[in-house]
This record gives sequence, structure tokens and C-alpha cells, in this order.
Amino acid sequence: MTHPSTTGPAPVLALKDISKSFGAVRALRDVSLELLPGEVHALAGENGAGKSTLIKTLAGVHRPDAGQVLLDGEPVVFHGPGDARDAGIAVIYQEPTLFPDLSIAENIFMGRQPRRALGRIDHKATHAATAALMQRLGVELDPDRPARGLSIADQQIVEIAKALSFDARVLIMDEPTAALTGSEVARLFGVVRTLREQGAAVLFISHRLEEIFAICQRVTTLRDGAWIASEPLAGMSEDDLVRRMVGRDLEELYPKQEVEAGEVALSVRRLTREGVFTDVSFEVRRGEIVGLAGLVGAGRTEVARAVFGVDRWDAGEVEVDGRKLTNGAPSVAMAAGLALVPEDRRAQGLVMDMSIERNIGLSGLRTTVRAGLMDRRAERSRSLDWAVRLQVKYARIADSVATLSGGNQQKVVLAKWLATGPKVLIVDEPTRGIDVGTKAEVHRLLSQLAADGVAVLMISSDLPEILGMADRVLVMHEGRLTAEIPRSDATEETVMAAATGRAAA
Amino acid sequence: MADTSLTRAIRWDTVVGALLIVVLLFSFGFVDGFGNALNLSFLIGNTLPIALIALPMTLLVVSGEIDLSVASTAGLSGAVMGALWNQGMTIETIIPICLLLGVVCGLVNGLLVTRLGLPSLAVTIGTLAAYRGIAQIVLGSDAVTDFPSQYLDFAAGRIGDTFLPKAFLPFLVLLVIAVIALHATPFGRSLFAIGASEEAARFAGIRVKRQKLILFTVTGLMASLTGVFWALHYASARYDNATGLELSVVAAVLLGGIDFDGGKGTLGGAIAGVFLLGALQNVMSLVNVSAQSQIVVTGVLLVVSVLGPRVARQLAVARAGRRAAAAPVSKAPSPTP
Repeated sequence: MTHPSTTGPAPVLALKDISKSFGAVRALRDVSLELLPGEVHALAGENGAGKSTLIKTLAGVHRPDAGQVLLDGEPVVFHGPGDARDAGIAVIYQEPTLFPDLSIAENIFMGRQPRRALGRIDHKATHAATAALMQRLGVELDPDRPARGLSIADQQIVEIAKALSFDARVLIMDEPTAALTGSEVARLFGVVRTLREQGAAVLFISHRLEEIFAICQRVTTLRDGAWIASEPLAGMSEDDLVRRMVGRDLEELYPKQEVEAGEVALSVRRLTREGVFTDVSFEVRRGEIVGLAGLVGAGRTEVARAVFGVDRWDAGEVEVDGRKLTNGAPSVAMAAGLALVPEDRRAQGLVMDMSIERNIGLSGLRTTVRAGLMDRRAERSRSLDWAVRLQVKYARIADSVATLSGGNQQKVVLAKWLATGPKVLIVDEPTRGIDVGTKAEVHRLLSQLAADGVAVLMISSDLPEILGMADRVLVMHEGRLTAEIPRSDATEETVMAAATGRAAA
Repeated sequence: MADTSLTRAIRWDTVVGALLIVVLLFSFGFVDGFGNALNLSFLIGNTLPIALIALPMTLLVVSGEIDLSVASTAGLSGAVMGALWNQGMTIETIIPICLLLGVVCGLVNGLLVTRLGLPSLAVTIGTLAAYRGIAQIVLGSDAVTDFPSQYLDFAAGRIGDTFLPKAFLPFLVLLVIAVIALHATPFGRSLFAIGASEEAARFAGIRVKRQKLILFTVTGLMASLTGVFWALHYASARYDNATGLELSVVAAVLLGGIDFDGGKGTLGGAIAGVFLLGALQNVMSLVNVSAQSQIVVTGVLLVVSVLGPRVARQLAVARAGRRAAAAPVSKAPSPTP
């Protein structure tokens, strides 16, 4: 099938001068890309650079306005995702969509199970085929296990196995690591390397630069829908790549200011929620940024939820600015000056059906009120004010938040909470899934808030972020606080050692 | 105020409002006996029970819940009214007792939903049967008809020679209160948030359970008020008063563009839906459509009303999409079967 070539292997799949517009917006302008067999190719760019459109073009969801898609050097036209799949192109999305009540094997062979006489499903053959796929990927997953309860990492493995069962030669992975823990990422990378060695071409999208450098050989960078460069990663630095993506030198990614810590603003004492976290005590002072590190599932988010009152605690107490909080009462926590920017901005941080204005307004239902009625003018000016201060990029303040990019959605969540003038701000994974440029803005903002005397508790799985931003690092392991590390002693090694329970720091 | 969810709902509101006007104009022109003041007062009087319950029901559905026990609560309230009247109590004592009973009925629904976390659809189907059963135990198969004439006159009479029933003015007051509560207070705003995303509402510090409990209780109160009105309006308190009324209420509210999944709609639309349904039922009676067939029409309207706003919304989205597809497309994988 491969075409002889003088310049190394011929590309399996290529895009040539692809353009795609939506109305007046040119999402892609003359973009080219070549995927070689046996390579992992990174696609880099900020949110809105055109990565999603490019992926959808490869996957047959969008048809380009101009340019060609070449499969094994031959021009092809995909009329739909089915065509792309039949051509051996598979997309693994960040959040897989499996049928929870079906087994892994049934999920993989959904609708095309091997049959026995009278059309009965041949479970044995399905099982065997699935086991073979798992072996090929080098992972151990029981084909008969139901999909319900699988971690996102395992669900992705199932999706990859499904892709292989379609004889996929091109695998497009759209931010597969966004919701994975460190060890899960390592395992996923093992699978990706196996696929690469078997000659597959992988297009890899991630906002985590270190992952791009760890797994990819070449990178294609997009900016504002335009192709910037396709080049080998060897010899490039992270700064080089960031410069290509944003088109300018980023000021420091972690602009932590030195702030004198003030009096205690948040005090958590012996907080326990049975079976989730135990005996957690810590304080955050005004002007401090305290990082809360740990593996996913260590109980960090759960502590934040209990402190804010979305979940109840079984024992212990929480004080904000000297006022004791009521168990399980977010409204009391808010009144005391606590704000929580939750982990899942689409489900918890925002009401996706509502406008930007009203989402920001939700935190002010007690304040933008006159004579018991909503003061719409006050609500609007409050929302506008904060949207502008945080430089949210929107067309109209009355547009649905669903129209915004991930980074801008996160800014709306921040705006919603900063508008309450919090004394204590808890942010849970504040920069997950948002682009480098916006990430730096969020960091600058957190730093500025601390300088203004806000006590910030930052939960993050992004170690460089924790190390770069935090004055102190608290580490949780299996529901307990295992370490408190001052900024001067915090390194990847000390934090990871405490997070994995290997050593007390 | 171009909140996208609001503008879409307004579009459907407009459709229903326009439809109501068309039906009214058509009926004035072509249906014998429709346009006289007496018939119009019948139309409004017969629609008032639906309209009264539709007020709190709209708020409930906006918050993502439903109460199917309203007609049984109304029936129970009427039955208790009849039984106590037979005991010789004064009507001035009886009515507050009935309203209090409605509060209890609503509170039971609300507690079952918020404290035990049960789905309101299931809970209120259960209490639908239970409250009606209690009504039958209380009054048996009696029909109490001899209520004081000034009350009967208030519930059934009209203002002078106009087509407006006397009870219409109190309804207008309640309507205004409900519109303000839903569309102009923080409480109403929180209901939209709860209906659209209960989890996000909780994370915004909204007291979801408390708001829902308030709604169920008010719904019970309004249902019992409707039961009292019904017994007086038709001068008959029976255990089976208002049977099946919940179907009309839900159909009318959904017809008015209140999304069954919560989070969308306006009270104006719901009330337009109520009177559209009322007008259709009135016209069908005038042209001698049987009661059974009228129920069929109500059922069909219910299905259409769930379907209609969705189709309208999808058309609106498609149009918006064509106008400016600048918005990032959602990341949903497009699965091919």
C-alpha cells in the first residue's frame, strides 16, 4: 500500500492547503499537515487556534471549503464520520462515551458482534477478540467487565481498542490526558508507543507542553487558524513552542509576587468526612497562596466541597475570617466571604444554558436586589464590570456562556466569584484544559488577588503550577494531609513523595 | 434583554399567543354562540381552575419538578369542605382549614422529594392516588350543594353584564404576584438556575431544597384554593371534583413553552397556553364534540406542546448557526452507529 518515496516514509494521511470558514469566521486558512506512519505528531495552539476544526475535518465531521485531504497520497472526500472511520481514522475524545451497562467487549463490538447460528451473539468470539486487542495494547482489562466504574483512563483504552478493531491506522487523540493522573498518563503513553511501533500514525493534542515533548516526534503549530510551522521537536525548548503558539514572548508563566502573609482567613480544624478524608487541619492567611497537591482521588476536591458546604462533614469545624461555618450550607460560607471555583466548570461552575451576564449574576442574587426585586441594571453593570476586568472575550454579555471557549468560560466562573469580593478563594484545578495564554492570565490574577489580601487555596494536579504559584504546599494522600512543605523546600520530588505516601516530608 | 434562552422561549410564547388570538378571532367569526358575554364568562370561569394551578405549576416545572397530585388535592379540599359543611361549621372556618390542608398536602410532596430525594413524578403519582382516596373516605359518594348563596354567587357570577367572572380579579392579582415572583425576584432567578443545572445552582450557594419545598407547599395551597373555588363555582362538593385536571394543567403549561426538563419558559407563555386550551375546549363543547373526544384533544396537545418548543428551538439554533457559526462547535463526538 505504501508509495515508494525518496524522502523517507510517505504520509498515511495529509491535509493540503485546507481552508474552512463558518460564516465570516475563517477557522482554518491554508493549513497543511502530514502524518507519517510510526510517528506521534503533536498539534499545538491556543484555544481558538483551529485545532478542533482541523480534527473534525480529519474525522469527516467538517468538509473543507478548499484544499485536499490525501489518504496514502490519493485525494479523498469524507462525506461523514463513517467514511473517515472506514478509511482507518479514529478519534479518541477527552471524555469517552461508552455504554455503562455493557461489558468492555460489548462496547468495542457494539452493533457488529460476531454471530452464531440464528443470529445469536457469539460471546466467546467477542471475548477472545477483545482479549487479543488488549494484549496488542499491552494492558490488562477484563473484557467481560462492565464499562460502568471504569476510570476515564481505562475508558480511553477501551476506545483505543475499539479504534484498533476497525483497523485504524491514524489515531487522533484530543486532549486525552486532561483528566488523567500521572500514572495513568504513563500507561497511556505506553500504549501510544506500542501503537507507534506497530506503524500507526498518532495525532496528539495536549495543553501540557511537557507531555508533547515526552511523547511526540514532530509538532505542527496553529495560530488564529493559520499554519505556523511543522517541525521536529528535538532541539526545541518549551519556550520556543510557546512563542510559536502565542506569537510573542510570554511574560513569566508563574508571576508569583512576594506578599507578607496577614492574619488567618481560613481555618480548617480536624475536618473529617467518613470514608473520604480524615482529620484534615490547615490554615490559609491573607495574602497567601497555599497549594493543595496530591493524586486524583486523594480527597482534595472533597475537602474543598465540604469546606464550602456542598457536602456535609462528619466532624471538625471550619472558620472563615473568624466566623464558624454551618455544616452543609454554601449560602453561609458565601456570606462569610468564601468562594469556590469548582473543578468541573461546565457542570458545577456554570449554568450552560444561561447567559454570561446571568451566570456572573448568580453569585449576586443577594446583593443586586432592590426592594426584594432583581435590580437588573445593577446586575448588568456588575457582570459587565467583572467580565471586562477579567478580559473575557465575548460578543455580547447576553450571549450564552456555551458560546465561549474553555478559557473564557473559566474566566466567567472566576468573575462570578470575584464579584462577591471574597476574603477566601478556593480554586480547584483553575487552569485545567485552558490554553497557555489564558493560563498565564489566571496565574497573574491569582497572584494579584493574594497581593490584595485575599487568602487563596489552590488545588491543582499540575505540579509546575503548584510549585510556581504556592507559598506553601499541602499534600494529601489517601484522605489525609501528609505534608506541609514551604515554598523553599517544594520540589517535584518532595511533593510527589508525599503525594504517593512514600515518605513524610 | 437578549438572554438566548429567553429569546428562544419568547419566540414560542409569541407563537402560542398568536395562536390564541387566531383561535379567538376564528371562533368569534365562525362559531355560533361563542362571542356572547355569557359564553365568554363560561369560558373564563371554566378555565380559571386550570389557570390557578398553572401559576405554581409553571414555577415547579421551571425548577425541573412537577406535581401531578394537584387535582387530587383540589378534590380532597372540596370533599373536606363538603364534609365540614355537613357538620354545621361556618364557611368562614372551613375555607382556612381547607387551605391549611392543601399546605400539608404540598408539604408532604415537597418533603418526600427534597428529604428522600425521590423523583417528583413518582412521588406525586403516588399522592395523586392517596389524596383522592382520602377524599372518598371523607365524603363518600355524597354531593354537597347547599353552600351560602353569596359565596356561590361570587364563584359563579359575573361582574355586571360584562363577560368577566367575579373571580377573575383575584386571579389577576395572583397572576401578577406569580409573574413578579418568577421573573423579577432572586427567588425566580434561582428557579431557572436550579432547573437548568441543579448542581451549578448548588455551587452558586442557592438553597435548592428549600426553594423546592416552598414551591411544593405553595402548589398545594393553590390546589386547595382551586378545590374550594371548584366546589363553589359548580355548587357541588364531591370527592371526584377536578378529576384529571392535572392533565390539562400540565398540557397547558407545556403548551405555553415551559420546558419539561426545566430552566426555560415564561409565565406569560404558560397563561397563553392555559387560555388557548380553555378556548379550544369551549369551542369543542359549542360544536358538540363529546367530552371523551375533548380528552383526546388535550392528550394530543400535550404531545404537541412537548414537541413544539423543541422544534422551534432547534430551528432557532439552526438559523443562528447559519447566521454566524463563529461559536465553537461542541466537542460531542458524532458517533456513527
